[in-house]
Amino acid sequence: MIHVSVNNEIKSIAPATRLSDALHDWGYGDSKIAVAINQEFVPRSTYAERALSNNDQIDIVRPVGGG
Amino acid sequence: MSNATSTAPARDFTLYGETFSSRFLLGTALYSSPQLMRDSITQSRCEIVTLGLRRQNPANRDGDAIWQYIQESGCRLLPNTAGCKSVKEAVTLAEMSREIFNTDWIKLEVVGDDYNLQPDPFGLVEASEILIKKGFKVLPYCTDDLILCKRLLDVGCEVLMPWGAPIGTGQGLLNRYSLRSLRERIKNVPMIIDAGLGAPSQAAEAMEMGFDGILLNTAVAKAHNPPLMAEAFADAIDAGRKAFKAGLMQKRQTASPSTPTVGQPFWHQQ
Repeated sequence: MIHVSVNNEIKSIAPATRLSDALHDWGYGDSKIAVAINQEFVPRSTYAERALSNNDQIDIVRPVGGG
Repeated sequence: MSNATSTAPARDFTLYGETFSSRFLLGTALYSSPQLMRDSITQSRCEIVTLGLRRQNPANRDGDAIWQYIQESGCRLLPNTAGCKSVKEAVTLAEMSREIFNTDWIKLEVVGDDYNLQPDPFGLVEASEILIKKGFKVLPYCTDDLILCKRLLDVGCEVLMPWGAPIGTGQGLLNRYSLRSLRERIKNVPMIIDAGLGAPSQAAEAMEMGFDGILLNTAVAKAHNPPLMAEAFADAIDAGRKAFKAGLMQKRQTASPSTPTVGQPFWHQQ
């Protein structure tokens, strides 16, 4: 298993898990989200090919009201 | 001049090639309910709303109603990079916003100080340059510093959004000299007063000074009756704009009667 940080929460996943599979497992499957890994934007079109690495810091955001 | 001409708002507010009739941009945060936000948007007559992106637990669907109402409003979306403290954070969040909201417009915020949330001028220019090269249309939340604004124009910003006062303070136009100088020196670029306004009269004053639009959130969201306050701001912004176009009279030190003095009764040569 490897460990990644998801919105500042540590999660354990199998090595080389694809981002698209991880998002589904974490409950984001049908959500309107955007993702950054290690502060780099990850385009939605690359979710299926992006393999997660140990200690990746993953930010998942959704729309909120803003000023 | 016909009555219709004087009351119908002209569609003459142009930002990055898009034209709008409303010069009021409204924020969508801080309302006590999504319904109050929706009603405030309606009463504000605004055509552009700001919104943001934040981490949320997937089980938390609190933002869904807000997002649904914003979409139903038909307003143009202006996502922000609120809270970002570095160029890197702001650029990444802007890229996330572009994908999720399907717009290359971004209200660019790079916070330089936690106390007054003052924009970091150096980070703002650097982030603007990067984002513009990536194809973004940047609307920078900036201070009223003339040189900063010139630098933002140099790197390709076509709109400026100087503060009236720090975000959420309701202090109004704190530095009229700087704002007047800004308007005087940068005549042909749309400038929107963003943040710090607390009362419709302050918005009207900014518009009378020749600013092109007003962006605010807290003053409406935290009013006792947000939809009514939204309408009050909309009316004030319209009034201020009309006053600017009409041309204010020059101030004078001495009184001057408005009623003719010729024919004054009860006056007799002594």
